[in-house]
Amino acid sequence: MTIEAPPAAGRAVEEEIAAPPGRGGSSRDRLRHGALAVWSALALLYLFIPIFIVVLFSFNDNQGRFNFTWQGFTLRHWTDPFADPDLARALVNSVEIALISMAIATALGTFMAMALVRYRSRGRSAIDFFVFMPLASPEVVLGASLLAMFLTLNINTGFVTIVIAHVMFTVSYVVVTVKARLEGMDRHIEEAAMDLGASEWTAFRKVTLPMIFPGVAAAAMLSAAISFDDYVITAFNAGQTQTFPLFIFGATRQGVPAEVNVLATMLLVVVLILMGLNVMVQRRLARRDRAAQPA
Amino acid sequence: MSLQRRRKLLPWLFIGPGLLWLLIFFLYPLLNQASVSLMSGNPEQGYDLTWTFSNYWDAISEYKEQFGRSILYAGISTVLCLIIGFPLAYFAAFHAGRWKNLILLLIILPFFMSYVLRTVAWQLILSDDGTVVSVFRTLGLLSDDGRLLASSTAVIAGITYNFLPFMALPLYVALEKIDPRLLEAATDLYASRATAFRKVTVPLALPGIFAGSLLTFIPACGDFINAALLGTPQQYMIGNVIQSKFLNILDYPQAAALSFTLMLFILVGIFLYARLLGARNLTQAAV
Repeated sequence: MTIEAPPAAGRAVEEEIAAPPGRGGSSRDRLRHGALAVWSALALLYLFIPIFIVVLFSFNDNQGRFNFTWQGFTLRHWTDPFADPDLARALVNSVEIALISMAIATALGTFMAMALVRYRSRGRSAIDFFVFMPLASPEVVLGASLLAMFLTLNINTGFVTIVIAHVMFTVSYVVVTVKARLEGMDRHIEEAAMDLGASEWTAFRKVTLPMIFPGVAAAAMLSAAISFDDYVITAFNAGQTQTFPLFIFGATRQGVPAEVNVLATMLLVVVLILMGLNVMVQRRLARRDRAAQPA
Repeated sequence: MSLQRRRKLLPWLFIGPGLLWLLIFFLYPLLNQASVSLMSGNPEQGYDLTWTFSNYWDAISEYKEQFGRSILYAGISTVLCLIIGFPLAYFAAFHAGRWKNLILLLIILPFFMSYVLRTVAWQLILSDDGTVVSVFRTLGLLSDDGRLLASSTAVIAGITYNFLPFMALPLYVALEKIDPRLLEAATDLYASRATAFRKVTVPLALPGIFAGSLLTFIPACGDFINAALLGTPQQYMIGNVIQSKFLNILDYPQAAALSFTLMLFILVGIFLYARLLGARNLTQAAV
């Protein structure tokens, strides 16, 4: 996109007129571009280093409980990462909680988003604001106030209260994500379906749902990911129940076992593979669409 | 039921369940917390509502240091995230070319690994016998017995690290929407690069700056994981106090008072920030 301008030595003024500063590929431009690239690379490195460390130390042949200094390569932590029953239990709990709260939050949030976008009823902006509120509250406040309520009502905290808490703070993410998808959608297609005799329910099932599906899927994955990784709100409402983040935080005092690094690495790899598959499927679908409509 | 009435009822049927969930598990707990914050008593005999407004005064005066530290750490981290994240988002939006998707993937990569575990990794990176400390000592940036772990620097570095993606992504979204032709037009009209950046890019990126700052500042203010893992009690923030009051000391009224104050502070902060940026937006548009 940049047009290479010849090096302007003595004819600076002429050069200015010939090529305004925005278009020039001058050495100053290249310098700025380079500096920007280096800065970005450093920023990405900052984000990447801790991840690298976690993966690396899953192979550390550590002696004793602490896994803080590199002592040589081993695969022994990878042979049986579920050896610690508490860790295994915590991981299973986290997965269960993430799936259950994902299902509830996605259902509740999708319907809310549809009503908020479709029906311009009074009080809509108030509800919009109200749904946004949990996103604008610090997690420690959400967790603490929920615990205060459970305590006041004499409700024992545990698995169920964690799910309740997770649905509460992920439902807003679902609403925001699905709303964004709905707002970019052409309503006329749905109306056309109903004009052609589809009932409201059929139009919803056959037209609306397939169209918003990518948004709903993204919202579901987002809510599951947030739920799975949450420490703060969970810590308040967990009672005796352990989750993966709670287990790790609790283990920091006696040293986090390397099996935790193994499991975290496995999860990372699984997510990356799923994302790669998704990209491949999308590309194939796009190609098929192009082939189907040669116009 | 007539069609007319059904049409009126339908949106509420859609909104109802979700709204109810939020009313019961978000709004009611907040109000309940306000009432808990006015109780008095002790952990053994329980607490009763006695309208003890002095809880607020006591809690704030006792923990004003932690409050101040939360705001300071969160503020510094937000500014650092902006300084680190803006060029990154700018590069991804305008100059990355075919590397764009890879850069975006790298920005969200941390989300795929446990937050607590990544913070534990910082413990290891900044530890006294780690590489970073020895390099800093050799360079003279740190005295020979100087430490990085268990210091404000470590806590701020951890918070900045953990919330950088939350800043970079909204910035990217805002910058990506900018039509490059606008910048070309500005420079064609003899605005210098710097002027074009100041008068075109920054105003158009303001929504991203606003969203990113909120997404960084709010969770950073309430965070206690970084202070707990990378700091000492000297670095504890208000989140640490609320957490230990609730879960260890069982002093619910004071914990509730602190938590409610934090919430109010953040709401007022968002409001002022929106007013400030909104006003600037208007003046920019008028020029």
